Amino acid sequence: MPTLLRRGQFGATVCQARTFWQTMPTALTPCAIFLHPPLSNQKNVTIKDKKTCAACAVPGLCRINQSGTGIRTKQTNAMNEILQGLIQAAQLIFSLDRDLIEISLRSLYVTVTAVAIASAIGLPLGCWLAVRRFRYRRFVIATLNALMGLPPVVVGLIVYLLLSRSGPFGVFGLLFTPTAMIIAQVVILTPLIASIAHQAIRELWAEYHDLLISLNTTRRQRIGTLLWDGRRALLTAALAGFGRGIGEVGAIMIVGGNIDHATRVLTTAIALETGKGNFSLALALGFVLIGLAVLVNLLIHSLSRTEVSGRW
Amino acid sequence: MNLNHILAGGLIWMASLVQADEMKMAVTTSFHNSGLSDVLLPEIEKDLDLRVQLLVVGTGQAIRLGQAGDVDAILVHSKTAEEAFVADGYGTHRTEIMYNDFVLIGPAADPADIATATSAADALSRIATAQTPFVSRGDDSGTHKKEQSLWDTANVSDRDVVWYKEAGAGMGATLNTASGLNAYILSDRASWLKFGNKGDLALLYSGDPILFNQYAYLPVDPARHDHVMSDQAARLENWLTSPRAQALIDGYTLNGETLFTFNAK
Repeated sequence: MPTLLRRGQFGATVCQARTFWQTMPTALTPCAIFLHPPLSNQKNVTIKDKKTCAACAVPGLCRINQSGTGIRTKQTNAMNEILQGLIQAAQLIFSLDRDLIEISLRSLYVTVTAVAIASAIGLPLGCWLAVRRFRYRRFVIATLNALMGLPPVVVGLIVYLLLSRSGPFGVFGLLFTPTAMIIAQVVILTPLIASIAHQAIRELWAEYHDLLISLNTTRRQRIGTLLWDGRRALLTAALAGFGRGIGEVGAIMIVGGNIDHATRVLTTAIALETGKGNFSLALALGFVLIGLAVLVNLLIHSLSRTEVSGRW
Repeated sequence: MNLNHILAGGLIWMASLVQADEMKMAVTTSFHNSGLSDVLLPEIEKDLDLRVQLLVVGTGQAIRLGQAGDVDAILVHSKTAEEAFVADGYGTHRTEIMYNDFVLIGPAADPADIATATSAADALSRIATAQTPFVSRGDDSGTHKKEQSLWDTANVSDRDVVWYKEAGAGMGATLNTASGLNAYILSDRASWLKFGNKGDLALLYSGDPILFNQYAYLPVDPARHDHVMSDQAARLENWLTSPRAQALIDGYTLNGETLFTFNAK
């Protein structure tokens, strides 16, 4: 854990703000137990000892870090994991778990930056492909469409080999940094964003074609007009990119290395906790990830005022 | 989540960027999955003001990372591979830090009856005779290499069979596979004790001296990769071989069991 915050002047403010939130899990406990009775009340469940789990502070409810090997039917077991995942997700969020905030912010930082860069390349590229006629256009578009399904693991491996100290870009020392993760995601997201942008702009270009030609606009002006007037469709392209990026694990695991407090993000943390057999914590992180994706999409839509009455 | 919390999170994140001393170390999955790294790393940061960034991989990949110069040191457990690493000039030397042991895990009903085996090799040949499912790491890790050598000792050479399943994954993920298939598996004791999804599996055989599992620390040679932080690696080595580390490693228990035994000289 970084020590700056603990020692620093910001500590006091944070602590005051945290006091209220820290009481939340305790307040939530009765509701949680009401919604989901303790395991010991259920059939076919044996609990050896009711320890309080440090992660979720609900006595006897959480089986993480307990070695009790009670006899359970498999169905009960799996359902419990999902329920506990939900409860634990709520607790992680309401207690504002520091590590959770850190990895969520890093997830956002990596993917939002990658989407911004990929959009800056992909949107004009898609538009240019719709406007410009050249010999191998069909081939380029087909390739771009195929690259939408670029396997992240392969991208990760290639970026890894390029950025490794023994690789051509090794001198920059970028491997196992968030920058490396952004580079890998830009490679994955650019074809996707460019392809969707191209599809959308092609429709718009068919409509605007005669007008823009008759006004004797330059190609740059045409692309600019199409990008602006097609901005809502292009927003969808960027959001599709965000959706693919935020849930991506194959590439960033390889180039980021899942280093705690350096390159760990939500998806790699989920993979790690699954590896430890901590299914409910992994699931809790999964729900946080889904929630985050929904939140970002809602935020973008409300900021850009789409889907409101009187507009499309 | 109000502005304060967003700010707090942002500050935490920024604080993690302005840390003074950092080094990268590739470690085996068992070092991390056992929970020992969570005990040692905060103490190292406190004592040395050194932030050790862990890359949790199999021994095979850890050695590759060291060879490429992508990490400053490695902590692994495969003596032959480690000695080759030093002999080929990738590492300066090899320092033994601690040990634990490998154990054989399997379905509690024990269909191959390995609990009464006389040796680890005997246990494996019983599994081969009974043809009960066995899950292998299959990822060129230290545990995988140990398992391969055990099969050779047991004279079971034909492992391209239905009951022998290579997961190609880390210790935890492979234990998950074994738990799902209710199969036998070779694991290090620490990872097994800390594992959260035991299902019907149980520890069935341990104690053969051949199952001894030595962990060693190898700094990457700065003569080969001049960007390697050999000063930090040396500081870390001093700490790892100090009485302070000894107390922490020997004192780390789970359910009353000691997971690692310090044996640095």
